Amino acid sequence: MKRLGPGLILALVVGFAFLYLPILALIAYSFNASRLVTVWGGFSTHWYGALMHNQPLLDAAWLSLRLACVSATLATVLGTLAALALARHGRFSGRTLFSGMVLAPLVMPEVITGLSLLLLFVAADVERGFWTVTIAHATFSLGFACIVIQARLVGFDRSLEEAAQDLGATPLITFWTVTLPLIWPAVAAAWMLAFTLSLDDLVIASFTTGPGATTLPMRLYSAVRLGVSPEINAACTLMIGAVAIAVVAASLLLKRERMAGG
Amino acid sequence: MSAVSRPLRARLVVAVPYLWLLAFFLVPFAIVLRMAFSHADTALPPYAPHFASLDVANFAAIGEFLAALDLDNFRLLADDALYWQSYLYSLRIAGLTTLLALAIGYPLAYAMASAPKSWRGALLVLVILPFWTSFLIRVYAWIGILRPDGLLDAALIGLGLTQEPLRLLNTEAAVLIGMVYSYLPFMVLPLFAALEKLDRSLLEAAADLGARPWMAFLTVTLPLSIPGVLAGCALVFIPAVGEFVIPDLLGGPDTIMIGKALWTEFFSNRDWPLASAVAVVLLVLLVLPLALLQRARLAREGAA
Repeated sequence: MKRLGPGLILALVVGFAFLYLPILALIAYSFNASRLVTVWGGFSTHWYGALMHNQPLLDAAWLSLRLACVSATLATVLGTLAALALARHGRFSGRTLFSGMVLAPLVMPEVITGLSLLLLFVAADVERGFWTVTIAHATFSLGFACIVIQARLVGFDRSLEEAAQDLGATPLITFWTVTLPLIWPAVAAAWMLAFTLSLDDLVIASFTTGPGATTLPMRLYSAVRLGVSPEINAACTLMIGAVAIAVVAASLLLKRERMAGG
Repeated sequence: MSAVSRPLRARLVVAVPYLWLLAFFLVPFAIVLRMAFSHADTALPPYAPHFASLDVANFAAIGEFLAALDLDNFRLLADDALYWQSYLYSLRIAGLTTLLALAIGYPLAYAMASAPKSWRGALLVLVILPFWTSFLIRVYAWIGILRPDGLLDAALIGLGLTQEPLRLLNTEAAVLIGMVYSYLPFMVLPLFAALEKLDRSLLEAAADLGARPWMAFLTVTLPLSIPGVLAGCALVFIPAVGEFVIPDLLGGPDTIMIGKALWTEFFSNRDWPLASAVAVVLLVLLVLPLALLQRARLAREGAA
């Protein structure tokens, strides 16, 4: 492999500076003692302390975490079934409609998904809150989960499943002992993707939520609209830190998995 | 394994996600479609007529149903300049975002794909990492930079490059910066995938035959990366058309994206049927380029 020329190094530096400088600036100013965003008043963790007493924000964060866990689990189970249906069950009646419905939410504008689900919940006269948002999130992240798992199922040695069945395993046992262990990195990745999508969603949650179920992005959105404050910087920094740790841990785990698998 | 249980289990694997999607994707969408042909009312829920189930077996009922469709919402959308302007504005912002993301993303993806193999995984993680953080955080970071007396102004004035604050926040430039920033990973990933697959020996062959590097790029690399370019553009353009939170936070009060128009109709004006009509038109606008793209892909596959 040739060494990178100066032009390409410049492209890398400029590209990554564009991606990371804003985030670094945001993190830096969460440790600013001054309330003013442009004036550096010295290092302080004051805003993190203030955050711990911001009960509405903490409640919203706790709600969002629970919601993301439940909806990601639902989306992963449904996405695995959908992936199995598409990868294993060949032609069944309504397959075109099915794959269309799985993939459509990937390109559907969030406002439309949110609007349509709210109209459904209104028509069905369901009380809106935690569960309606959970259903909405599971529905739109199902497609993402399905694609990730389907990719793994397609590049998968089916003779292993056939061997298990020849040895007398029922399809269910084959799934638990052969298929699932082989596709689990994709299942884990799908879960994390669905979790992040749920945690990040503002628009669909705003449509489908009810009184008493305000998610973290909804709280952040209303705070951000009011202007910049170091306390929001601190909240954002904590979220970025959590995400960075999770991503690094996941990639290390996958790397070890790959090495163990040869 | 009994002969009966297998198809039943197989059917369940298909049926569970199938029914879920029917209930939470197709039916809601049918409701939106039907709602678009109703009119607003001060009742609760705020629309009329309250449509009941449709008896499809009865042809007279279908006739009545069609006659009852209310086209006023679509007439309003066609007549009112506000909606035309917001549709066009959304397309314009999405188009500019796509072009700018391509202009920044292509060199970046090209450099990543040319980097030594041992770096590529780390570079890829670095591109994806911001995507895992909340988009609200990323937009918020730019508010701090672009606001009057924000970090950008402080840096420019400190360096003596400008005297006055630039007042970038609440302009179209700010919207574009925020959009490109948020959607850049969607452009870089497919470009990187296409460029990394590229057979480098083709470039060596071109060089052996006397092509200068830029000539080899134009005649070999660029044409072979077109699938990645198309995929990246679609991944950026489509969500960008419906996007409105970023323009809402970074743009001025006069930047009305179509998503925002829908939101306002629904939450502020409580005109659910009109909001539904906006959604239907928006979807048609998005399906068209997608269908064209799909046709281009099929044509290319047919030619290959």
